[in-house]
Amino acid sequence: MEIFTYEFMRHALLAGFLASISCGIIGSYVVIKRIVFISGGIAHTAYGGIGLGYFLGINPMLGALGFTVLSAIGMGIVSDRSAQRSDTIIGVMWAAGMALGIVFVSLSPGYTTDLMSYLFGNILVVPVMDIWLMLALNLIIVITVIALYEELKTTSFDEEFARTAGLNTRLLNLVLLVLIALTIIVLIRAVGIILVIALLTIPAATAGRLTSSLKYMMIIAIILGMLFTSGGLLLSYVFDLPSGATIILLAGIVFVLVSIFLSIKEKRPAMMEKDIGS
Amino acid sequence: MPNVDALTETDKVMEISGLSVSFNGTQVLDKIDLTVYHRDFIGIIGPNGGGKSTLLRAILGLITPDRGSISIMGRPQKQGRHMVSYVPQYASFDRDFPISVWEVVLMGRIGQKKGLRFSPQDKELALQALERVEMDGLKERQIGRLSGGERQRVMVARALAAKPQILLLDEPTASVDSRFEAGFYDILKELNQDITIILVSHDISAVSAYVKTIACLNQQLYYQHAKELTEEMIEHAYHCPVHLIAHGIPHRVLEPHDGVVG
Repeated sequence: MEIFTYEFMRHALLAGFLASISCGIIGSYVVIKRIVFISGGIAHTAYGGIGLGYFLGINPMLGALGFTVLSAIGMGIVSDRSAQRSDTIIGVMWAAGMALGIVFVSLSPGYTTDLMSYLFGNILVVPVMDIWLMLALNLIIVITVIALYEELKTTSFDEEFARTAGLNTRLLNLVLLVLIALTIIVLIRAVGIILVIALLTIPAATAGRLTSSLKYMMIIAIILGMLFTSGGLLLSYVFDLPSGATIILLAGIVFVLVSIFLSIKEKRPAMMEKDIGS
Repeated sequence: MPNVDALTETDKVMEISGLSVSFNGTQVLDKIDLTVYHRDFIGIIGPNGGGKSTLLRAILGLITPDRGSISIMGRPQKQGRHMVSYVPQYASFDRDFPISVWEVVLMGRIGQKKGLRFSPQDKELALQALERVEMDGLKERQIGRLSGGERQRVMVARALAAKPQILLLDEPTASVDSRFEAGFYDILKELNQDITIILVSHDISAVSAYVKTIACLNQQLYYQHAKELTEEMIEHAYHCPVHLIAHGIPHRVLEPHDGVVG
């Protein structure tokens, strides 16, 4: 196809594929552990790091990386220590992180045009430097999950059992939150801070409806992520729409269609049984 | 430490002395002493809130006691806890979790796993555990698609896969259909051939037919390494006379089935 002869398109596709790998793997943990809210919190504190990056004149993605990792560890410790009010505290960190970003940006000299691309994503203008960063973070994520696959699965499934079996569940939960932070950095370029949570959850949630094995859930989620990013990219190019939002809308539509299809499929055998019974 | 393979019924497998636990100033366990011998099958009964689950959690190291000590197979609790397995009262996991029966049972080996993946020996032990609870036929089933009784047997298999010396069960039949309760206890009786079992329940009649000895727990523990409950033990534990247990071994009282006669 003609559009793939452009270099920026090839970069965009590559960025989409890289985003799909980490969001398929880590998104599966987010969905099965039901930690969407804390993940949203980590994602939004990234804006503080981006603002800091502008303020200091360094790559905003590096600032965001530092901020998300620290806030992931902070939120992990908070939710571990004070189970009752942890959601409130996470909400506070979520908002404070964003506010900090806004203050940093306002203090920064010069005009910050591409700030919007961090909020809403613009996969068409991902710098080559950031693609390398995404690749490196993906490697860390994949290697860590391969190394700790059984331990993370056990802790996610039944934390109390994991503790009685001698696993350091506190540390494993922190490792997972840091991996979520890294995944968010990978995803920011593709869909932006505001929409990160959608790409983190929709492919994994759709995959979860199609299989009852964590391993296959991750693989299907990666494939779906690749379809959503490349399909969304193509649609945004053809209809001249914002890329991040188009990717998310495509993902959302597929999720709804799969859910409707499966609920019809589940109902039908039950209705047939009823007919036989009467 | 006694040799694990040649244990006899005079070998102590666990010793608890002077164990006290309190939560926010409320005393839950008060100076518990308990000696458990190899192949014991102890039923610990007592009212709800009497500290039964707390005792199990202390043995597992999930809570830190205020005072007292627990030794397992002659070692301090921390070094001995891998020889204790636990079957919780209610499965605390998410029914929708994408995981099969087989994966759950294999999880029992996580504490002993070396390297990244489970070894063929781990898999062999997990399979044996599944066979012992007669659940090997449902290996590939997703965990949420089991009945309460089947799920409980899988939890027992997961506990067995760790090759424990001592098996702790907390109200094991709370979520089991009463028709399958007897079958469940038969499996436990079979396991008791080589594993020490401590079972906690508030239902005296349910456990008394299967356990070897009974203890009463209500903050304090009353135990004489015997099956007979003295009236004194019951009264201490429940703080009221219990008339139902008149002859030492209680019977299950069934309502007459009027409608079925004829």
